[in-house]
Amino acid sequence: MELVLESLSTLTINKLRTGLAILGIVIGIGSVIALISLGQATQQQVQSQIQSLGANLLTVIPGAQNTNGVRGALGGGTTLTLDDANAIKANPSVTTIQNVSPEVSKRLQVATVKTNTNVQVIGATAPYLIVHKVSMDEGAFITDRDVTGMTKVAVIGPQVASTLFPDGSDPIGQDIRISGQSFTIIGMTVSKGGTGFQNQDDIVYVPLSTAQKQLFGIDYLNTIALEAKSSEVMIDAENQVGYLLLSRHKLSDPTNADFSIFSQQDILNTASQTTGSFTSLLSGIAAISLLVGGIGIMNIMLVTVTERTREIGLRKALGAKKQIIVTQFLLESVILTSVGGIFGMLLGIATSFIISSFSHSPFVISLSSIILAILVSGGIGILFGWYPAQRAANLQPIEALRYE
Amino acid sequence: MINVSHIKKIYKSGTIETEALHDVSFNIKKGEFVAIMGPSGSGKSTLMHILGALDTPTSGTYTLDGEEVSKLTDDSLADIRNRKIGFIFQAFNLLPRTSALKNVMLPMRYAGIPYEERIEKAKKYLKMVGLSERMEHYSNQLSGGQQQRVAIARGLAMNPSILLADEPTGNIASAQAEEVMAIFQEINEKEGHTIVMITHELDIADHAKRIITIRDGNVLSDKKNPHQKKAKKGAIIL
Repeated sequence: MELVLESLSTLTINKLRTGLAILGIVIGIGSVIALISLGQATQQQVQSQIQSLGANLLTVIPGAQNTNGVRGALGGGTTLTLDDANAIKANPSVTTIQNVSPEVSKRLQVATVKTNTNVQVIGATAPYLIVHKVSMDEGAFITDRDVTGMTKVAVIGPQVASTLFPDGSDPIGQDIRISGQSFTIIGMTVSKGGTGFQNQDDIVYVPLSTAQKQLFGIDYLNTIALEAKSSEVMIDAENQVGYLLLSRHKLSDPTNADFSIFSQQDILNTASQTTGSFTSLLSGIAAISLLVGGIGIMNIMLVTVTERTREIGLRKALGAKKQIIVTQFLLESVILTSVGGIFGMLLGIATSFIISSFSHSPFVISLSSIILAILVSGGIGILFGWYPAQRAANLQPIEALRYE
Repeated sequence: MINVSHIKKIYKSGTIETEALHDVSFNIKKGEFVAIMGPSGSGKSTLMHILGALDTPTSGTYTLDGEEVSKLTDDSLADIRNRKIGFIFQAFNLLPRTSALKNVMLPMRYAGIPYEERIEKAKKYLKMVGLSERMEHYSNQLSGGQQQRVAIARGLAMNPSILLADEPTGNIASAQAEEVMAIFQEINEKEGHTIVMITHELDIADHAKRIITIRDGNVLSDKKNPHQKKAKKGAIIL
């Protein structure tokens, strides 16, 4: 305790120098904390967005079919049919799927009398709502009757509504033209917010049959979205659907499959990996600034040792053993870096708080990053204070006393 | 108590060897007040470093209280300096921005003496050198003579076997030098402290009971001082 007080009083002699030495550590620790926190916030945001699309979601897309060794583009195939979708729903070997949503989609021009826009038009059936966790704001979604009757009705997302009806009039019941054909709006979905992959609010839904026959002129599907009974049976579900489709497509070798199945978890993992490696990259850069700060501390401590050569000589003459001198100087550098660490931590927390409030992303400070900051800053004090302390301890008392 | 036997010290600087002490031998008994005299370059500083366990001789032996000092490790030398030797330097060498009290307490801290005891002893010794009014003053707020008296109190703090003074009056005014000599004579006569004082001033050396003269690394003379000069105590108002 006496030693700590002594070190503190020594450090307060040259306040400017001490402050500048600490500043390096403050910036280093601050940027590490801020970047870790922002990384974690981004990761949390991506995860929650993907989760909101449905954690139990499996997506089957056609494509990647081998034709004479030429592999087709993923999703570009024509091999998935409505019969496949119905088979998944009806086949007794598939026990883990509770909802099936066959889909087709294409970007098309959608127009009112006054304005027009280019949006994603999705041909959907009633289960779409459940599988994709979409809710209705107004009106109704597409029903089975609309699909069998191939009616010309449309459900629009809120962003489409605001684009097509900028005057704020109620879109329900109004007519829009999709590829020149007239559709009646019967409902509007609740806003889900834009996600990185697909803006769920900028979509027009029409009955699957109408989309296939009247708009796109196709008889295959672009996607079959499946809702598994729980997140625990995702792997079983993937296998069951996979085998059923292989046998329906008369393929024996799974590597030749003309379709691909993605689970939401796969996408989540990829996204987490991406944001994770991004975070580590940024933290690595921040760590370099911490290293520079540490070198600054070492430099200041070396200057201090030189300046206080006579004092060290005196202390040794009065009976200070090497260990005492080492402890004294290590303590000084650890105090320097720890104070820097604490201020850096506050700076980092403040920075990430400000950034998160500007970018409307969640504010995340993990306990581990705070502990890390304290341990790392203390560790830097020991690491970079070690050499100057040893140098001080190894001074010869006579030489040191003579030093001018 | 102090036994110096055939001490030789050679400094090596690259290929050049300088012989600072050729062959020095003497004994100092407990309670003596010895002045070691000699002009600059005579080797008296080297002798003082060896006596102070700050350096070790190239050959010969130095025994202090029956302990052979010549061949100890750095940390053991530090321990000897701490327990057995009280230093008084020409340049005082007090810690700056540190109170007189804290300065006197320093060697006791290195000896691991508990805080309360250190304060008590430091106060006692500061009182003994007439500085009880200035214990909380920073060392740089004191005059040269006062600083040297703080250094004497610090030298006495561990109740050492010898008080080793290196040109103790070199940096202070002559009136204050008289005062320092008075303190030396008093602690020598009343407390029985052994004092070894290195100086080149005959006038100062005359205050000691015995004078050893060094020249060119050898003992030139070693005799009792028949007319020891008595310093006037209280020659200056503090």
